[in-house]
Amino acid sequence: MSNIPETGRTSRVTARLVAIQILVFSLLLTLGGRLWYLQIRNGQEYASKARSNHVQQVVDPATRGSILDSRGVPLADNETRLVVSASRTELLKMKDDGKAVLGRLSDVLGIPEQEIRNKVRLCDAKTPQPCWNGSPYQPIPITDKATTQQALQIRERSEDFPGISAEPTAVRRYAAPAKAETAQVLGYLSPVTDEEIKKAEHTRSPLLRSDQIGRSGLERTYDSALRGKAGVTRYEVDNLGRVIGKAHSDPAVPGSNVITSIDARVQAVAEKELLQAMKDARLEHDKNTGTNYKADAGAVVVMEAKTGRVVAMASNPSYDPNAWVGGISGKDYAKLTGKKSNYPLLNRATQGQAAPGSIFKVISTTAAVNAGYPFNGHYPCTSSFNIGSQVFKNFESENFGPISLGRALEVSCDTVFYNIAYDQWKKDGGNNPKHPADWFYKTAHQFGLGKKTGIDLPDEVSGRVPDRRWKKDYWEANKTGWCAQGKNADDYVSKIARENCESGMKMRAGDSVNYSIGQGDTLVTPIQMATIYAALSNGGTLHDPTLGKAIVSPDGKKIEKITPKAHGKLPDSPATLKQIDSALAGVATRGTAAWRFQGWPQEKIPMHAKTGTAEVYGKQTTSWFATYTKDYAIVMTISQGGTGSGASGPAVRKIYDALYGVDEQGGIDKKSALLPVPESSLPVIERDGTIQAQPVEPADDATDPSADGTDQADGTDQSDQADQSDQGGDEG
Amino acid sequence: MTTSPTSRMFNVRRYAPETGAWGKLMDRDSAVRKLDWPLLLSCLALSLLGAMLIFSATRNRTELNHGDPYYFFLRHLLNTGIGLALAAGTIWLGHRTLRGAIPVLYGLSVVLALMVLTPIGATINGSRSWLAIPGGFSLQPAEFAKITITLGMAMILASRVDAGDTPHPDHRTVVQALGLAAVPVLVILLMPDLGSIMVLGAIILGVLLASGASNRWILGLLGTGVVGCLAIWQLNLLDEYQIARFAAFANPSLDPAGVGYNTNQARIAIGGGGLTGSGLFHGSQTTGQFVPEQQTDFIFTVAGEELGFVGAGLIIVLLGIVMWRACRIARESAGLYGTIVAAGIVAWFAFQAFENIGMTLGIMPVTGLPLPFVSYGGTSMFAVWIAIGLLQSIRVERPVSASR
Repeated sequence: MSNIPETGRTSRVTARLVAIQILVFSLLLTLGGRLWYLQIRNGQEYASKARSNHVQQVVDPATRGSILDSRGVPLADNETRLVVSASRTELLKMKDDGKAVLGRLSDVLGIPEQEIRNKVRLCDAKTPQPCWNGSPYQPIPITDKATTQQALQIRERSEDFPGISAEPTAVRRYAAPAKAETAQVLGYLSPVTDEEIKKAEHTRSPLLRSDQIGRSGLERTYDSALRGKAGVTRYEVDNLGRVIGKAHSDPAVPGSNVITSIDARVQAVAEKELLQAMKDARLEHDKNTGTNYKADAGAVVVMEAKTGRVVAMASNPSYDPNAWVGGISGKDYAKLTGKKSNYPLLNRATQGQAAPGSIFKVISTTAAVNAGYPFNGHYPCTSSFNIGSQVFKNFESENFGPISLGRALEVSCDTVFYNIAYDQWKKDGGNNPKHPADWFYKTAHQFGLGKKTGIDLPDEVSGRVPDRRWKKDYWEANKTGWCAQGKNADDYVSKIARENCESGMKMRAGDSVNYSIGQGDTLVTPIQMATIYAALSNGGTLHDPTLGKAIVSPDGKKIEKITPKAHGKLPDSPATLKQIDSALAGVATRGTAAWRFQGWPQEKIPMHAKTGTAEVYGKQTTSWFATYTKDYAIVMTISQGGTGSGASGPAVRKIYDALYGVDEQGGIDKKSALLPVPESSLPVIERDGTIQAQPVEPADDATDPSADGTDQADGTDQSDQADQSDQGGDEG
Repeated sequence: MTTSPTSRMFNVRRYAPETGAWGKLMDRDSAVRKLDWPLLLSCLALSLLGAMLIFSATRNRTELNHGDPYYFFLRHLLNTGIGLALAAGTIWLGHRTLRGAIPVLYGLSVVLALMVLTPIGATINGSRSWLAIPGGFSLQPAEFAKITITLGMAMILASRVDAGDTPHPDHRTVVQALGLAAVPVLVILLMPDLGSIMVLGAIILGVLLASGASNRWILGLLGTGVVGCLAIWQLNLLDEYQIARFAAFANPSLDPAGVGYNTNQARIAIGGGGLTGSGLFHGSQTTGQFVPEQQTDFIFTVAGEELGFVGAGLIIVLLGIVMWRACRIARESAGLYGTIVAAGIVAWFAFQAFENIGMTLGIMPVTGLPLPFVSYGGTSMFAVWIAIGLLQSIRVERPVSASR
């Protein structure tokens, strides 16, 4: 027994025990190491996985703020509709996955059960529409057109409808007060894109797939203010998606209200008169083309002269912005954006550009004066002007003999400006320019042409000043095409092309001469011209036009006023301004626009105007009419509409009549005046944040602009008999 | 290990026998004072920690806890109490006394295991390893087999060595011992309870190692295991899904809805805990019930998520203390029998803990094995506490007291 120790262990057993112990502890060490690897080394990664595992966000969309007119009348607000929605997580808790509940719901709503079931299923690659592509934890809307009775049935028998809610929900509404749709100015909302959702994912205001954001107009410019902040509730969910707790909750903050300078009543008049003018133009015969005028598009801007605030802005063709609410149908979308649509979504006041015609002459006059031609000098107003074999006609007036620049404006004499422009062109070196002064082009830039006015509407276009630089760039871009085309044939187009190919990079005498009367390659927008004519009225300040006047927080406590900014001064001396001012008054009293302002109380409300008729190659003439008083500037244009005063004159006159309450005899009825003085104050904001709206009487005999607005400009609309009494003296 | 002068002083007092119960308990030679307290307290700490983790995992599982959030918590405490009583009983009987009853106990455990295969047996989680007994309780006979195999093999292997006939068990003895182990192993294979088979394999290996059996047996056994696994794999004895399920611990995408989901969620839970965890009852994976079987096989994930590296590490440390003390008891046992039993228990605990924690950490395949002391489960709790009782009784009866 001596070889067997008392403990019963031999050395072999002892060694084995040590081995076991080492093995055991290395196993435990392995566990510890792995634990460290998972928890400390990769802990962050797993922690975020755990978070995304169990936290689900439910977004409570913020109520979108209203867009109000200057008197507090809502142009865009929300209406409450009864929305019946189903909670998917609640339905899935039921034994039959909510089939019975949806069946009962189908009976109450009168919607086929299959349709309801389709609406609450989740979208994936294999599921066709309709399906829900939002968060499965978000109540899924089944209908937004539930009647009160249906909603009551659902709510009173809530035990029969677990997981179904019938809640009043805010839906965008464009109320068109006084029938002023203000469609393009307000813009529209449409669902967010995947990219936008991704972008907003980690911001403080995440977007839902069902969210809408402003796509154009004021809805887009002021989107962030209007949208507010969506409420986010983070729910903790378990492995089956059942909510087990509320982790975090941010209440929704409703969007701010935006007060604009639009006056719904004036807007209604502007829309109505624009439509009427276009209808009337379509009854007019165009001698040049032998058909009636097409009047395919038009725009009018009513601007506060002293501030640049826009009181009314209408664009035609127009549309009903409510078409976008609740998702636009494919048919409606095609109607608004298709090739045949004539693009009613375009705001022609800021996005439509055309040659200005004679309303450009205020710029040419300034250029001439600044170049050293006395305002009251004597300039021959001949019936035509020749450069070599090229004949430039005096389009809008006749032979008046030697006249001053003021008189040239009044009668819109082209040849006066031809002469000066040609003279300048020669001084600048003609075809071989040496340090050209380019007074006419410089002045146009100084007037703000060729660049955006900075209006608070998206996608404004900048127009074009066809100066030397532009000509060179344009030639570089097009010379290959021109040169190729010029070789082939000998027709008019090819001749022009050949000419362009050879000398298009140069500022030719004809270009400068044409340019001086607003023809040719110059492009302006109505809002640019309104800004310029407002500046002529206010002593020379070019304002950034604004629509937004104030952003008012939902509780009314924070009012962020939007003050109009100036972006330049007219390059006119006060004396020149005065001279131009009186010349433009002369246009309204004895010049080309006089026949449209017959009976106007000129002593009480001095009226200034300039007519314009722009030639467009291959199309009918563009009608321009630019006017101002001391309070307002109104600019109107009708594409393929005829002459300035002829097509646009009556409409502008009627807008002034409405603004000042002027009747046909020239009397002023202050009571019927809509806005004799621009509204400078904000509407009353009550203590609870609501903004008082002043009453709006619907414009009595207003036709619905949207109904006819999208009419094709085919001149077949003969139904409305308009006054086409006399033809003015500015035909050209 | 030898009598010190101070003990002689106390020996004098022993001439006046203690009469009071407390005095008896505190007597230097009493079993209570000779118990391995670090071992006992570690096991108790693990059990109580387990109770808390089980409570956290089950208070929301209304479909399991019959509407009573404390259902599992209280039952776990009750199981711990019964386990403690079983351990005390084992100590009171003493492992020498039990040694005589081993054939009976062994026979009983085999019969119980066989009963599982009869209609009385119940299938839980795809494995027919449960005995439903009246009163809504159920038993897992495989747990008892772990004890009886250890005891039975130790008895056979140690009998001639302890009798002083031979320094090491001879081949015949080893064959007999393996034969004894083979019977319950085969029965459990029929259930089949893969996890228990793996544990039994570890126990048999540990027992053979500690018995001093020839290296050839050890290597032979290991070799057989490896060849067996290869054979199963190569001969396509398992369906592909079974292999996928086995391998899913390493690559969850092999069985994304089943084992892969478990492993993945378990890893997220543990990994999400970080250094200090989300706090008891605040684990999102736990409250969200993302980890299946969390109160039993995946209890370690609760510790990992809610107590973090600190708490989960504590469990490993406590298990380490248990192993350390058990190894010490194996080394200091009076006879080979005690050494073998203690080593078998070390192998059992160590492998089962490694497998259980390892599968939650994604380094071991997923099998249905409870974490000793911590997991919810009566039979397992009873078995591990009986094992602790055995260890304590070996310690109580070690040479230092035998030489008195």
